[in-house]
Amino acid sequence: MSPAHHTRPKKAPGTPKPTKTAANKAATSQRSSKTEIPAAGRGTVHRMDLLEAMLRIRRFEERCVELYSAATIRGFVHLYIGEEAVAVGVCEALTPEDAVVSTYREHGHALARGIPAEAVMAEMYGRTTGCSGGRGGSMHLFDASRRFYGGNAIVAGGLPLAAGLALADRMRERTNVTCCFFGDGAFAEGEFHETANLAALWKLPVLLVCENNLYAMGTALERHEAQTDLAMRAASYGMVAWAVDGMDVEAVEQAARRAVEGIRAGTGPHFLELRTYRFRAHSMYDPDRYRDKAEIEQWKDRDPISLLTDRMRANGELDDEDVARIEQRITTEIDHAVEAAEQAPEEPVENLLHHVTSSPAEGAS
Amino acid sequence: MGGDGTHEAKTTYREAIREALREALRSDDRVFLMGEDVGRYGGCFGVSLGLLEEFGPERVRDTPLSESGFVGAGIGAALAGMRPIVEIMTVNFSLLALDQILNNAATLLHMSGGQLPVPLVIRMTTGAGRQLAAQHSHSLEGWYAHIPGIRVLAPATLEDARHMLAPALADPDPVLIFEHGSLYNVSGELLPPAAPVDLDHAAIRRRGTDISLITYGGSLPKALAAADELAAEGISAEVIDLRTLRPLDDAAITASVARTHRAVVIDEAWRTGSLAAEVSARIAEGSFYELDAPVERVCSAEVPMPYARRLEEAALPQTADIVAAAHRAVD
Amino acid sequence: MAEFTMPSLGADMDEGTLLEWLVGPGDLVHKGDPVAVIETAKSTIEVECFETGTLTKLLVEPGTIVPVGTPLALIGSTAEKAAEPEKAGKPLKPRTPEKVRKPGGPTEAEKAKERRPVRHAPGRTEAAALSTPSESAPVPVPSVSAAGRHGHMEAGPLVRHLAEHGGVDLETLHGTGTGGRVTRTDVEKAAAARATARPPRVKATPLARRLASELGVDLATVTGTGRDSAVRAADVRRAAPGPVAAPEHVGATSGRPSAVRGSTAGPSEDRAAAMRQAIAGLMTRANRDIPHYYLSTTVDMAAATDWLHEHNRRSPVGERLLPAALLLKAAALAAREVPELNGFWADDRFTAGEGVHLGVAVSLRGGGLVAPALHHADALALPELMASLKDLVTRARAGRLRGSEVSDSTITVTNLGDQGVETVFGVIYPPQVALVGFGRVVERPWAVDGLLGVRPVVTATLSADHRATDGAVGARYLTEVARLLKNPEQL
Repeated sequence: MSPAHHTRPKKAPGTPKPTKTAANKAATSQRSSKTEIPAAGRGTVHRMDLLEAMLRIRRFEERCVELYSAATIRGFVHLYIGEEAVAVGVCEALTPEDAVVSTYREHGHALARGIPAEAVMAEMYGRTTGCSGGRGGSMHLFDASRRFYGGNAIVAGGLPLAAGLALADRMRERTNVTCCFFGDGAFAEGEFHETANLAALWKLPVLLVCENNLYAMGTALERHEAQTDLAMRAASYGMVAWAVDGMDVEAVEQAARRAVEGIRAGTGPHFLELRTYRFRAHSMYDPDRYRDKAEIEQWKDRDPISLLTDRMRANGELDDEDVARIEQRITTEIDHAVEAAEQAPEEPVENLLHHVTSSPAEGAS
Repeated sequence: MGGDGTHEAKTTYREAIREALREALRSDDRVFLMGEDVGRYGGCFGVSLGLLEEFGPERVRDTPLSESGFVGAGIGAALAGMRPIVEIMTVNFSLLALDQILNNAATLLHMSGGQLPVPLVIRMTTGAGRQLAAQHSHSLEGWYAHIPGIRVLAPATLEDARHMLAPALADPDPVLIFEHGSLYNVSGELLPPAAPVDLDHAAIRRRGTDISLITYGGSLPKALAAADELAAEGISAEVIDLRTLRPLDDAAITASVARTHRAVVIDEAWRTGSLAAEVSARIAEGSFYELDAPVERVCSAEVPMPYARRLEEAALPQTADIVAAAHRAVD
Repeated sequence: MAEFTMPSLGADMDEGTLLEWLVGPGDLVHKGDPVAVIETAKSTIEVECFETGTLTKLLVEPGTIVPVGTPLALIGSTAEKAAEPEKAGKPLKPRTPEKVRKPGGPTEAEKAKERRPVRHAPGRTEAAALSTPSESAPVPVPSVSAAGRHGHMEAGPLVRHLAEHGGVDLETLHGTGTGGRVTRTDVEKAAAARATARPPRVKATPLARRLASELGVDLATVTGTGRDSAVRAADVRRAAPGPVAAPEHVGATSGRPSAVRGSTAGPSEDRAAAMRQAIAGLMTRANRDIPHYYLSTTVDMAAATDWLHEHNRRSPVGERLLPAALLLKAAALAAREVPELNGFWADDRFTAGEGVHLGVAVSLRGGGLVAPALHHADALALPELMASLKDLVTRARAGRLRGSEVSDSTITVTNLGDQGVETVFGVIYPPQVALVGFGRVVERPWAVDGLLGVRPVVTATLSADHRATDGAVGARYLTEVARLLKNPEQL
């Protein structure tokens, strides 16, 4: 582990740092009132929403750990704990018409996108009421009604899809944005580069959101990328690219809003490198041998939830009672989700071949 | 009667596909064609020549050389309501897009619990016979036929080349169309279809009573030639063109074997683990008590396709091989 | 637990009808006991089982047609049977050995030994002992000691597994291991012998097999024209009697034959017709495939007749011999002397039979013919042979032949003397290579030592397969037959 790596959080910028100033300027000048960051008066309420959204993800996943340990839910479960500011901040900038393509670490994206905890939990339980009907599990959450195109468990596999969704929107002259989440590991995959090139070449309305948590599974960024400045590399494709503090939800939201605005204005794809960290292991199976405990603790000092609550407390926007109230609401919501999932029906085995093709009869051949 | 010679007009397989593409682009504005060199170049094999001029660069899109990227983009566009036709130059190149085809196109509907059908058509060239050696000549359609969730077509006639695309585009699920490279120059009179081409059934290209020659794609002309030779010897061969490699038309295979009691399966792919193996297994499963001889297979030699003409010919199933296999079954 | 399966009683037999069970669940059966009556296209046969044990379950109902190899019943080994009542607390104690216990009681190993059923009780078989489990009188048995262990009870798990797998009855094996222990090699040898003893399966395409079954054609009688001489559909159709449905018709109307289906056994006329067809097929094949040569000799039966009269004069009525017994015994002994005629022609070569199993042609009252085997006829004393012959003819006419009797013949004798004819030129039963014919014993003018007299004579003929032997061998055989009949004391 290099010393540089340990100091990364301290170097992480607190505010968006445009790497392509001209494009950034263009985007800023075209900012509409609709996408204006909430003014001071509405700020408190908004921050409260951001906090609740992050807490929901945190508590939901903590419950997942419990359920996984009790062998109630199975498969691979990749926890997002520590990265909540990214999902909440980015999704805050999207409209319901926009599309989201996600990864296998997507509980946070799904919840932030508004998929009810109940539907996500039922999916973890493999029940018919799950958001993928129990066919997907933790890694494959879908919700067509929210234009949430899933849970892709092939690193970078969702990127070409996002380009296509954006292409369709463009060809149909819709002003939607397709937001694609992926990790730093995707930078080593051809599909990232093919898509970055295609999206920039065709000026597709894509928001590329790189959650740089410094590890591709167990391999540190320095050990898998020759050039670790990811935003700079994205910019080399001819798109607007910023590196942002991924632990500060307000910074994330602000950057995402500006990027989305630029995309809608027709300036082509934008790239955000959100510098973040997962506090827990890669998956439930991971013994987490490849990181120093000290490094984890150092990042936990910048826990996105603490960061926001501290700021709000300092502003006098939040007290213990508020926190207790939010926590209570979330606990009730998750309790309800677990209870509903436990009681939800399982798919009859006779339906095994359903959804293989659109015509059920053809499933078998 | 203007004497314009319409009745003598010959159409090539290439033109038939182009005409099908043109019809699709004209009749549905959600349809667009995308792939390497489909626009200005006119398609690596000249299939899309002239379409760019007619439909413009938005709907006839040249892509970068990035099979995974543009096939995935086709999937995304299909998810968002378009009806993309993605062209991959050859089946060997499609391996670069295999992740998208298998992990996304074939899988999204199921993985999403039925929420996300992928109405995508992917066309590609397959097969050998043009001395293109070991990275442009293989027949890997059998691999794709292994995958649940997609439909695999192999038009072998002018009629199918012309008329399979429309139903493929109407299919809510991904359809892969394999065009055998040796067929593009085949020409003949293109007749209007007697009935709409359906994608669920094999076609009997020639009726016969003594043996079933079961094949598809580029091997169909060879099988028909073999049937001619056999007829001259008094052996009546039935030629089944599978056309749809997934889902296989079991009923057609079973019915033919019930008539002839002998079968030769001709498949340009390698023998081991081939589609021919699948068809043979299904005959063993479904027609065992009809068999009056062991099922014969005529496949490519198990060698990366060599360049040298003599070697390539020796590696590929030839009419004489089919005739010999038929003799083994009948004599 | 062993399976009693539908036996293959001939190369052409694919399936059989289970007509009747001769035993029921719980019955003790011995290797070789007839346990069921099976009907094939050729005849009705009592089939024996190849295990000794207790029949635990019948798997097939009478009247059912099942393919060869289908399990018909389960037979538990005697060990299993013995273990059961003991588990249930039934009194097997009287048959456990009285043992002097060491101070401190028996060790676990000793207890285990005691639980083991004891075999080789003097003067009685274990099976007999087990058949009377309620018998309370102690049976004297030797104490079990390591040195005294015998038979399969001492076989290890691997040997037991191999035996079960290879269908080998451990009881029948003579162990070559230490202390008579059955070794792995013993079992493997026995399994190999068992495997090779099975009659070869006719090579036929699935369609041919199906058609043969539908058209009542015996595949063994059909010459295959396919690859490796496999029988194909056209061969079956050619062999089938009467008009044959067009192939399309057959394909359209007949489904896949199910593994087990209800009996389709028709009235007796149908059976007679089926038998006629079977004989027709077999004889056609024999006549077409076998290049027969024929030899004949006339034998002076004066000595034999005199010997017979003398024997019968001294014997009770029930033990009197018929001339046929002498003829058969002579044919059998001569076959032992000339083994080139005793065996089979298959795969383009001759295989000598193991032992002389004399096929005896028996005409049936309802028409038709069977030629069941007199096993080891060369080794049977004349009274035994006579008794076996009577039994065989009776059972053949009652349709109660055993499977091995139908399939085991190595050479066949047809004696048409009682039908009044003097000379028989027979057709060989494939895959055998010789058929011996005897006519009636008649009195004829006969020159002996230069003097003409009236003597009883019989004409012995030999039809032999020229692929397997030449005339000289056949001549040697007939000469031996004649020599034996002239010296009846040697019979």
